[in-house]
Amino acid sequence: MSFYFAQFLTGLSSASSLFLVACGLSLIFGVTRVVNFAHGSFYMLGAYVAYALVQFVPGSILGFWGSVLAAALIVALVGVVVEILILKRIYNAPELYQLVATFGVVLLMQDAILLIFGGDDQFGPRAPGLDSVVRVFGEPIPEYDLVLIALGPIVLGALWLLLNRTRWGILVRAATLDREMVASLGVNQSWLFTTVFFLGSFLAGLGGALQLPRVSINLLMDLSIIAEAFVVVVIGGMGSIPGAFIAALLIGELNAFGVLVLPQATIVLAFVVMAVVLVIRPYGLLGKAETLAHVAGQVELPIRPASTLAKSIAGLLLIGLVVMPFLAGEFAIVLATDVLIFALFAASLHFIMSNGGMVSFGHAAYFGLGAYGAAFVIKYAGGSMELALLAAPLMAAAGALIFGWFCVRLSGVYMAMLTLAAAQIVWSTAYQWQDLTGGDDGLLGIWPSEWAKSKTAYYYLALVLCGGGILAMRRMIFSPFGYTLRGGRDNPNRTESIGINLRQHQWAAFIIAGVFAGIAGGVYVFSKGSIFPDEAAIPRSVDALVMVLLGGVQTLSGPVVGAGVFRLLEDEISRLDYWRAILGVIIISIVVIAPEGIAGFIKKIAVKAGFERNEEQAS
Amino acid sequence: MKILKYMAGCVLAAGVALTAIAAQAAEPIRIGEINSYSRLPAFLDPYKKGWQLALEEVNAAGGIKGRPLEFIDRDDGGKPGNAVTIAEEMISKEKVTLLTGTFLSHIGLAVTDFAKQNKVFFLAAEPLADAIVWKSGNRYTFRLRPSTTMQAAMLAKEAAKTGAKKWATVAPNYAYGKEAVAAFKKELTKLVPDATFVEEQWPTVFKIDAGPVVRAVEAAKPDGIYNVTFGGDLAQFVREGNLRGTFENRTVVSLLSGEPEYLEPLKGEAPKNWIVTGYPQGAIETPEHKVFFDAYMKKWGEAPKLGSIVGYNVVASLAALLKKADAYDAETLVNTMKGLEVMSPSGKFTFRAQDHQATMGTWVGKTDVKDGAGVMVDWFYADGADYQPSDEEVKSLRPAE
Amino acid sequence: MSDPVLSVRNLSKSFGGLKAVSDVSFDLAKGELLALIGPNGAGKTTCFNMLNGQLRADAGQVRLNGTSILGLNPRRVWRMGVGRTFQITATYASMTVRENVQMALISHHRKTWDIWRPASGLHVEEAMQLLDLVGMREQAERAAAILAYGDLKRLELAIALAHAPELLLMDEPTAGMAPRERVRLMQLTADIVAERGISVLFTEHDMDVVFSHAHRIMVLNRGELIASGSVDDVRNDARVQEVYLGGGTLFEGQAHG
Repeated sequence: MSFYFAQFLTGLSSASSLFLVACGLSLIFGVTRVVNFAHGSFYMLGAYVAYALVQFVPGSILGFWGSVLAAALIVALVGVVVEILILKRIYNAPELYQLVATFGVVLLMQDAILLIFGGDDQFGPRAPGLDSVVRVFGEPIPEYDLVLIALGPIVLGALWLLLNRTRWGILVRAATLDREMVASLGVNQSWLFTTVFFLGSFLAGLGGALQLPRVSINLLMDLSIIAEAFVVVVIGGMGSIPGAFIAALLIGELNAFGVLVLPQATIVLAFVVMAVVLVIRPYGLLGKAETLAHVAGQVELPIRPASTLAKSIAGLLLIGLVVMPFLAGEFAIVLATDVLIFALFAASLHFIMSNGGMVSFGHAAYFGLGAYGAAFVIKYAGGSMELALLAAPLMAAAGALIFGWFCVRLSGVYMAMLTLAAAQIVWSTAYQWQDLTGGDDGLLGIWPSEWAKSKTAYYYLALVLCGGGILAMRRMIFSPFGYTLRGGRDNPNRTESIGINLRQHQWAAFIIAGVFAGIAGGVYVFSKGSIFPDEAAIPRSVDALVMVLLGGVQTLSGPVVGAGVFRLLEDEISRLDYWRAILGVIIISIVVIAPEGIAGFIKKIAVKAGFERNEEQAS
Repeated sequence: MKILKYMAGCVLAAGVALTAIAAQAAEPIRIGEINSYSRLPAFLDPYKKGWQLALEEVNAAGGIKGRPLEFIDRDDGGKPGNAVTIAEEMISKEKVTLLTGTFLSHIGLAVTDFAKQNKVFFLAAEPLADAIVWKSGNRYTFRLRPSTTMQAAMLAKEAAKTGAKKWATVAPNYAYGKEAVAAFKKELTKLVPDATFVEEQWPTVFKIDAGPVVRAVEAAKPDGIYNVTFGGDLAQFVREGNLRGTFENRTVVSLLSGEPEYLEPLKGEAPKNWIVTGYPQGAIETPEHKVFFDAYMKKWGEAPKLGSIVGYNVVASLAALLKKADAYDAETLVNTMKGLEVMSPSGKFTFRAQDHQATMGTWVGKTDVKDGAGVMVDWFYADGADYQPSDEEVKSLRPAE
Repeated sequence: MSDPVLSVRNLSKSFGGLKAVSDVSFDLAKGELLALIGPNGAGKTTCFNMLNGQLRADAGQVRLNGTSILGLNPRRVWRMGVGRTFQITATYASMTVRENVQMALISHHRKTWDIWRPASGLHVEEAMQLLDLVGMREQAERAAAILAYGDLKRLELAIALAHAPELLLMDEPTAGMAPRERVRLMQLTADIVAERGISVLFTEHDMDVVFSHAHRIMVLNRGELIASGSVDDVRNDARVQEVYLGGGTLFEGQAHG
């Protein structure tokens, strides 16, 4: 019995640690609606700064706690700088822009921390005065764990007081419920958001600094904590701090007792719990349904079939793509194959996101499912490449069929988070189901059939499948089905009121996007010869978002341009040191300076120069 | 359009390269080196310093048959797909003679398979997965660092001597951890048939929740603990275990934990009396190692880590190969590599013809704390050649060529 | 008189303990323009929402040409020939005026699942005729996002007519418009429904509009129907006077934005 009680306490201390990180994320989301990917980076920064500070005051109790607080404050200031320089400019943009911008911050921070603190793992000192164990019912419990157990509720209580007993808190709560109303009350919303970011970042920094005596500090902390913090925030209900507390308890105890019962399934477990919670309570345990329809940002112009100029450019590009293998070296063919694959992948995301208004943060799930589907045919059914390329979209469609059913019940950022959860389930299953997927060692030896073995032949195969897929989706956008989706994005109520079952159409669109992402995954796996769980992981999903955004969300050619530029850029700059920082800066710049993306920017120039029709003169 | 422009550039570059070849007699021998530098700087920075030192020495001594050796190193960002694309580029655009590098097992495996498909020589430097030379082994792939099974066998041999019968294992929950546990179990039960495994813990890699794990191990009351966690996970595991006295009066054997990359960050909290594989840097007195150690200290102003010696040995192996080979096509390289003897700071080793695994060994000893830092004591050099399965077994593990 | 198009009997709905609509019964004849008026919170919108299926009624019956439509979802109700316009205009901002109407036609002709044919060529004629009808033909190619408010209301009307409804539910059709425009739009509506024999149930705050166009008026107060009849009957009804007494004007005034 005492053993289980001690295990319970251990779970509590993990829960407290988790809550400290998650509550800041939830707070920021609740007020600003920003899904802050950089929250994990702030956490990591907090740990590094605290580590550096503690070196000046070794062994001093006051010095330790002073360092922790100072680190949290420094992180809070960094958070404010990020908010003012970047996020403030894009609050009115759709959530995709903010997510991608904060991902740019993640890249930037990774290299900044590497530059400042070096790449070696650091192991902080134990907390002075709290470096031994106390016996609870005869079981040893680290003193520091007890402090953490107490800190969770203390921070929860302090936040409650701050939010319920101060004018600032009342404004923040009001803003959580209705942003526009607070703005109309004459409150300086800009200032309010900055203070919220200060507090949120402070909590992230505090969470990181407090881990000093427990964990080793390394450069992988950011992404590993952010996935976990998302789980907590989503389970608790986005924007709900008490919800985050309950969810952290749930996950902390789940881990503590999970390792006793199912030590092998620890990764999947948390995501399965998240999925179950979301199916029963789509907005999380204590979350509330979105009160406002999401802000679509700038109103889009009607889509038009391509102009003569655009058609000629596309035609030239196609001719260029067809004759390319005769002109270019072998590596250019390999790279072009990559670009085609990612163009289809990005276009499939664009199809639901831009045209359908359904943001997916987890599109890699279908890319990965397609790739695994193809690999399974080769590995387990002894099938051919042709059969495998047929299985790829089927497998992805099956996944999209199941996940899509749940996802289309939500909208906006809630839907986006559910897609992220779905992708994490796919990823963790691929990672842990070693007998089937080979786990981290992946599946190898998945090469094309004899006739498609040469780089050139495979390139043409990719051109037909990916180019065909992109054109097919483009055609769908102009079809009644495509218009229905766009209608649903513009005005769901109107759509329902003219007799259209919007949710069914959205579900179908989700499956279609899954099918094409699956084809991309299938073509990908044969071009690389192997498949690993990484292909369904968060960075792959972010890649797709960045490509769409880089090209231009509101431009039909956007994903193609974006995929091309992104892949060539990545190939080019990864030769440099600190290339992640460079990529981060490029991403942030695009979001802030040219939110219409490259294709959108070119179009704008073309309209100005008179090559393209201006929509207003067209009447 | 961008692509066209890019391609025009490629054509131009290729043309320039061709002219250059004709013009210059002492054309360098180009080696393609792919690794996850940005993802794992802690491990790959020393590795890079190691091969840079060796490269300098080789070229200062006149290169290979009068030609300088050149490394084209690229970062794969920790993505296996990128690694394969870079491999393509190195072959078709950079015109490298052979490929080497990789640290993460799955990226090593991706390139292993690429080498097989494209018939390109590949020397896997750091990845430990057995599959690289066994299950997924192929004619074109060799591996330098002692594999998971080799290192587990080294530890099992020492563990058997302790008399511990009831074992608990703690390993990260992915392919490497599973493999390391399976290998240890297999080797230990060979030596101690009545050994039992009473508890298995599988924390998520780089995300260990050490408290519950330590407690679960404790609850099983084992005589011995076999640990495979490393890096940050290891640090947490050690701290939680020390706090709770989990390691007191127990035998602990731990894979790789004696490597400076993992031992140094623990500082004064490094565990005592664990049986580990690792690298006791400064204490190794063999002449060949001393030379290496001093040169490394002089060039970089810090002591080498295990990665440094692996990086150094990559160049040593490739230099030996290229000196001996009379042609640089993949087939000749593979044939020459089989049974190739290499002199290195860690001693002489050979690349086994049976499975392409180098017999480079590692150091096995016990951990201790001296002057507030973790060190290895009572260590000896375990020659990789002594920890190999029988040739028949190897044959059954490797697909036929 | 022929059978009514819409027949409502004892329609009731309460929220918690509050009776929002209680025991409302009325008939609507073919081609009739029936106004439903009453102070804010009288239950007009609740009534509308129950009629088109957005809200489930607690009790009562609603029959369209003798078929019960109570409990059907809004999509089914729409398919049975009930159109609806919204108080706050609901159009597709990123589509042109023509495409907005085409969307409704595409849905009416059950072609929304077509993923291949270009939508732009579908039902163009029909769409242009409808736009002609509401006087929007010239603006057919403009984006809905940049229309003037009055034009949006016209577009809404065209959309609502796309599936040739037998019954139109119009929630505050002239809300937010300038007085002169209101009369014009209502006159247009009256002409169209008269020509096509459509029955209309509408709510309206502007009494000028109500008095000049409604064939019949019903007054709702606190969920109960307190008067029903011709314009003059309702104007002179004592209970109606009582409900609206003290406001300076006969009926509550509302600031239109």
